[in-house]
Amino acid sequence: MKEFKGRVLAGGTYKGEAVVSHQGVNTLATFQKSALKNAKEVIVSDQNNKDIYGLNITGKALCLPITIGSTTGGLVIQTVCSMGIAPSCFLFSEHIDSLAASGIVLARIWENSNVIAIDELGEEFLNSVKTGDQIEVKEDGTVIIL
Amino acid sequence: MYKPKMELTPEQLDILSGKEGEVKAKVLETLVMFGDMFEAPRLVKVTHDDGHLVTSFGIGLLKPLFSTMDKLIEAGITTKGKFTVDPRPLDYKNVKCNLLEKLVFSKILYSQQARYEAQLQAVGLKNMDGFTCTCYLPEVGNIPKKGDILSWAESSAVVFANSVLGARCNRNSGMLDLFGSIIGYVPEFGFLTDEGRKAKWKVIIKTTKIPEAQILGSAIGMKVIEDVPYVIGLDRYLGTELNDTAIAYLKDFGAATASNGAVGLYHIDNLTPEAKELGESLLVNDYKEYVIDDAELERVYKSYPVMWKNKEKKGNLVFIGCPHLTLKQLNDWTDKIVNGLKQTGRKKVKVRTIMTTAPGVLKEFKKSPKYNELVATGVKISSICPLMYTNNPLTKSRRIITSSNKLRTYSIARYYKDEEILNYIVGKEVK
Repeated sequence: MKEFKGRVLAGGTYKGEAVVSHQGVNTLATFQKSALKNAKEVIVSDQNNKDIYGLNITGKALCLPITIGSTTGGLVIQTVCSMGIAPSCFLFSEHIDSLAASGIVLARIWENSNVIAIDELGEEFLNSVKTGDQIEVKEDGTVIIL
Repeated sequence: MYKPKMELTPEQLDILSGKEGEVKAKVLETLVMFGDMFEAPRLVKVTHDDGHLVTSFGIGLLKPLFSTMDKLIEAGITTKGKFTVDPRPLDYKNVKCNLLEKLVFSKILYSQQARYEAQLQAVGLKNMDGFTCTCYLPEVGNIPKKGDILSWAESSAVVFANSVLGARCNRNSGMLDLFGSIIGYVPEFGFLTDEGRKAKWKVIIKTTKIPEAQILGSAIGMKVIEDVPYVIGLDRYLGTELNDTAIAYLKDFGAATASNGAVGLYHIDNLTPEAKELGESLLVNDYKEYVIDDAELERVYKSYPVMWKNKEKKGNLVFIGCPHLTLKQLNDWTDKIVNGLKQTGRKKVKVRTIMTTAPGVLKEFKKSPKYNELVATGVKISSICPLMYTNNPLTKSRRIITSSNKLRTYSIARYYKDEEILNYIVGKEVK
């Protein structure tokens, strides 16, 4: 069991499965296909991200360094949150980027989403957590790999 | 009510508490919560009222965008100034599509285009010619001054405004660009501060000729990712004045740094305004170095993957102008194509070729005899966003070639250098 402490951006509690990307997650490329199909779950469609391509990330804890790609990224996060198909948590190892930050804020304020976002969890967090691990997220930004 | 960490004025607190309505309160709350994530100490006034928005496309999946716009309109909220917006995703007249492609574009992908354009007009769109990624060109007229604070999005426009014009703008997401233009204030952090404009990289150009702008930008973007580079040695080729040639070069260079990395600001020694003023004092103490020579540029160029199913086949559609071409670039391309066709004895370009430019630039270009010369070669001129065109999965069967590194990055278009594209379209060389 390993414990990490990050900065709470959008708080909440979670217990469930982690999905891990070691590279920046391209938001549009990741969510576009599922959102366009009005799917009930997000199956990652970014072929350039071998870590998470083809995985179901709906309701999971997405562990990532930052997001990258188009400046539509924030709107895309807001959209998948409004559709109820977003990951439950975004756990960033680095300081959150401006596009992901926009998405989290838009989702919380305009969609009443309870999506959780914690950043600055550190490089060791991303090196330790593996896809499929069970993790627990606490209100104070503590993330435990169970 | 959200409890802000940053310091707000009494007027801003009033808005946040709902004294100017629930919707405006939410608009401000979004900006404040966003700024708090970056430890912004306060909101600062947007000094260039005219905004620029990244979201120009009525893509059906972005339902929250349309409902938020409806809420703004119902509440009678508009932007302080007017705004321009990225290029439209469709132009059936100049970028022809087959019936099936049209069906996907109009009925599925961009089904909300007309609704969204009406929403943009209601909230503060400058005019129906305001659809371009190069809003800062004189023919479009959304030009901030040095030191102006902006609420813009569109990565290529933000990096140009920061670097070439010396304005101050963060890399905003869609919606936040609009909200800053409504409130007239943005959170103070990142590129809005002197500290955030310092360079962490010294890039030294040691090439034997002027580097291809799009490849140089790509190399630097991939190396520095989101950091600020200070580039030395480019003034040997571009000079020390921001003339039309330098502006066109820096536009393309910057777009590549922003899309192949996430660069929001660069300094060019002896050329861009802050570099001219402050020189190498813009570098942080422990800066890193990156030397670029001919071999490094060739390495980067050769590293671009070819994503076509059949890599051996030739391209059958050419896009030139992402970001949109300047007037000088249109004139230069016209001369090169006309001369190239004379050399090969052809009257028309060998392959379907589309050049993209801002509506305002196109209007000016049409006044010049070169417009008819270019059209006579078979080249189509459009104000479409090539990137949005490639969003249609049916267009993936087309083998698009381009000299835009941004288009290459976000689509399966294949990259060629300008000269290679020219040779191909005039029939000199077939790849």
